[in-house]
This record gives sequence, C-alpha cells and structure tokens, in this order.
Amino acid sequence: MEDEMGEPIPQIAHRSVSNEVAITVADLDVTYRTTIEKRPTLKQAIVRLGRGKRSVRTVEALKDVSFQVNRGTVLGIIGHNGAGKSTLMRTVAGIVPPTRGKVEVVGRTSTLLSLGVGFNRQLTGRENVILGGLAAGLTKDELEDRYDRIAEFADIGDFIEMPMRSYSSGMAARLAFSVAVHLDPDILLIDEALSTGDAVFKEKATERMQQLVDNSSTMLLISHALRTIINMSTECIWLDHGKLMMRGNPEEVVDAYTEYMHVKKTSAVLNDM
Amino acid sequence: MSETTETVSRPVQTFLPHRAGLPRLSTYFVTLWRRRHFAIELSRASMRAAHTNTFFGQFWLVISPALNAVVYFLLVNIIRGGNSGPDFFLHLLAGLFAFNFISATMSAGANSVVSGGSLVLNTAFPLLLLPWSALRTAFFRFLPSLIILLAFFSYFAFIGPHPVACDAAGACVELNTVHFSPVQLMAIPAFMLIFVFAAGLAALMATVQVYFRDTTQFLPYATRIWLYLSPVLYYADQLQPWMLKLEYFNPLFPMLGIWTDTLARGIMPPMSWWLGSAAWAFGTLLIGTFYFISREREFAVRI
Repeated sequence: MEDEMGEPIPQIAHRSVSNEVAITVADLDVTYRTTIEKRPTLKQAIVRLGRGKRSVRTVEALKDVSFQVNRGTVLGIIGHNGAGKSTLMRTVAGIVPPTRGKVEVVGRTSTLLSLGVGFNRQLTGRENVILGGLAAGLTKDELEDRYDRIAEFADIGDFIEMPMRSYSSGMAARLAFSVAVHLDPDILLIDEALSTGDAVFKEKATERMQQLVDNSSTMLLISHALRTIINMSTECIWLDHGKLMMRGNPEEVVDAYTEYMHVKKTSAVLNDM
Repeated sequence: MSETTETVSRPVQTFLPHRAGLPRLSTYFVTLWRRRHFAIELSRASMRAAHTNTFFGQFWLVISPALNAVVYFLLVNIIRGGNSGPDFFLHLLAGLFAFNFISATMSAGANSVVSGGSLVLNTAFPLLLLPWSALRTAFFRFLPSLIILLAFFSYFAFIGPHPVACDAAGACVELNTVHFSPVQLMAIPAFMLIFVFAAGLAALMATVQVYFRDTTQFLPYATRIWLYLSPVLYYADQLQPWMLKLEYFNPLFPMLGIWTDTLARGIMPPMSWWLGSAAWAFGTLLIGTFYFISREREFAVRI
C-alpha cells in the first residue's frame, strides 16, 4: 500500500495473539506537578514570591485507566495532543511511577520514545549506544554481542564514530530505532518514532518489527498517522484527556475517534493526523 | 523502581505508587549497583570528549592546579607581606586541590541530571547514577594534582634548603619542617570523608538544578566565598576565637583541616575535627541522596 506521496505505508501481518498477558494496567492514575516556565530559575521564583504567584501546575495525565494486553498484540494508541498517550507509555516503561493503581509488565521493555534520541550530543554514536544499553540494564558483554548488529542495521557508516551533534535527525532516528529493536525486547514501546527516516529505512524498520511480532513480542504504538495505526495494530485504544474512551478493532476505534474529532476521514488526515 | 520476579525466564515488573515519595529502597539500590557500569562508562566517555585522555589533556590536569597554587601563593604572600615557609605552601596546595575537587563535583553534579536529556526522559534507571558519574569524573581529574603535591613535598623534604635559626641562648629551630611521616597515611581516611561529602553534595546540587536552572550561575561565586571561609589560604589555628565559633557551621573547616594537617603538615588533628567531618560527610550524603531519590520521579516531567 502507498500513500499519495508514493511512499510505502508500513504494514504488519499478524499471527494469532497469545492468551498470555503481557501488560496489565489497573485503575491507573498519573498526576504530576510541573512548572509553567520552560526553564525555572531561582530569580523568577523570588520575583514570584514577591507577587504571591505560583508557577506549579498539576497535570492529571491519566485518570482511572485499566486494560490488559496479551503477548503478541500490537496495540495502537490514539488521541489528541496531551491526551496522555506518552505518559501511558512512560508509565508502562517504568519511567514515571503511578500515582494510584498498578502497572504489571511481563518481560523486558525497550522504549523508542519521541522525545529525542542520543542523549549526549558531544559523545559519539557508539558511546551513546553503549550508554543507552547500559542504562537500560544490559551488561557490557550483551552490548558487545549486539553492537555490530546495531551499527549495521542503522547503516550510518562512519558517522557512528562521530559526535552525535554532527548527525542529521534521520540518522539519529535510525540509530535509536536500531538500538531499541536490537535489545530483544519482549515489549517494544514506540512513540511517533517512525515518522523520521527515509522510505528505505522505513521498509527495513517495518520488516524488523514484523520479525519481533512473529517472535510474539508485544508492541505499543503511538502515531498521529492513523493509517499506520490501522495497518500495524491488532488492537487500538483511544485516550481523551487522560481517560480511556474506547478499545477495540483499530478500524472501528479510528472511525469513532475521527468522528468525535469532527474531521473528515480523508486520506491526508489518516496519514498525517 | 520495580519489583522483579522470574516467571518462565521473563521478569515480571510491577510498578506501584511510591510510598512517601520514595521507591522501594532495597530494589532501588540493587538496580543502582547492577547498573554501575553505566556511571563508569559515562564518566569515561565524557572525559574522552573533554580530551582528557590525550597527552596534552592530561598535561593540563597537572599544570592547571599547579598554576593555580602559584597564583594563590603569591597572592597570600603579598597580602600578608611576609614570606611563608614551605610547609605553608604545601598546606595551600593540598587544601586547594581538595577544595577544587569538591567544587568540581558540585558544578558537574549540578549539570548531571539536566544534561541527561532524553536518557532521563526515555529510560527507566536509577538516576542517582548521573551525579555519581560526575563524582567519578571529578575524582579522576583530582588524582593528577596529587603528583604535583608529591613532587613539591619531595623537593622540600629531600633537596630543598633546611635552614636552622638559633637564638642568643643557643636554642635552635628548623625553619623547613617538611618531612615524610606515618601520620600522612591518615590523609587517606580524611580524603574518604571528603569524597563521601562530595557524593552527597553532587546529588543535592543535581536536584536543586532541576528546580532552579540558574543554580550553576550562582555556584562560582558561592564556591569562591566558601574557599575564603575555609582554612585553605590560612591555617585553621590562626583564626580568632569568635571566628572559630562560626566555623562550626562550615563543613569544610574540619574536613579540609584534617586533610591538610595530616597530609601537608604531618600532624594529627584533634579528635573533634574527625568527628565533625564524619558527621558533616555522612549527614550530607544521607540528606543529598534521599532528597534526590524523593524528587527523582519528577525529573522526567521537569526536564
């Protein structure tokens, strides 16, 4: 299948989903406090104190969300900006703890989240790969084993030995994707990560995701390209202002969502929304 | 963090709300230990990035503390108008190097979490590894300065002039009292306390920097004042009695005191300094670490 631009749209063939539970989310609330300021400073804090203002805002990112995901499922997550999709991912990954409720995850998770790849741009791609892997809990030996495969799959040539500040965003995305899928995750969390990278890499990425699905890995997928959600997921959930609105067949959930959002389900919307 | 139990070779992780703002500490510290290689690698990589593994990079690690010491020595001698002996110069060197270690740990620690960027946002791991990695880097940058200290010490002890001044009654005093002594071994536990203190400070500064991003801008001024208030540019026992009372509130007073007295002067400092240093060091470690861990869950939404 191709979109109007003539680019292939990733598609995954699904085997039967196992009845083993991979992820349980029960009565989950996530509330956090954050500042309105982008860069909070002591100076501003003192100024605010003088004016008696507060800059802390409480965000109720998720409210009473419950669902289960079986092994081998590709779960699409849709919703408007700020609906809590990314927070849900990060809670499942164990980065943000629940405020109430419980999340139980069976197996190793690997994250490919949208908020940036390669954490230290002064360091080389190689160093970022090793450090990311060590932080995620792999041993040095495990990383030694995988490093060549990761570098080969990312296919960025000599750039791997150069500081990441010299990378294009596509190159950084390829490296991040390569790391995430080569950690042999039982659960792969992907947040808007497929939008970067050229057509060739997209195809390669889809192929690799197919392999993971065939090995009954579980996947959680956030994308604003609704077509991707329909093509790739076996199930879909829709979040709205932190609440779980609907869960079911991807086509049906996307239909309900687009209707709710009062947008026509045109091809452009499906690809870009 | 998570509780991990094995079922069919797949670990089950359960994420529950934190109790009193803290994760389960046993699991936290076990994970911290298991992932220590991350802190080590991060420190190595950032030292590589700063070219400190090249010959000239290493060279600067030795030269810059030496130049620093010369500047302060001239400053102190000119201001005092007198010429201090070699033992004071060694005290100054030792004090300055240890102080630089502490201030470097503070500033690197402050930056450790905010510069963690997408790793902090995207990966679940004990973030305490970040300030600890900064601590390791500061320690390895401190080590070469000990070479300078050893070189000067050896010079004064073995080669330098040993003038003797005698009064009319015939009682003589040696002006250069520098010599190696077993008391200097006590500098090792003294430095350990400084290290523990620095570990606590690094975690503390890392947390504060997340909430107030201008902390690193204030820091150089604060550390400079702290340097002048600490017994580096003078001997601790030269202070006026009323100032000595104030120094109870300065952790570096006993801490640098035991370090320079044992290492540079070869004299055993009073027990009260040891106890005071230990209390400050472990107190700071405890407070810094727990403050960090209790705030850690917020870092991923504040960066």
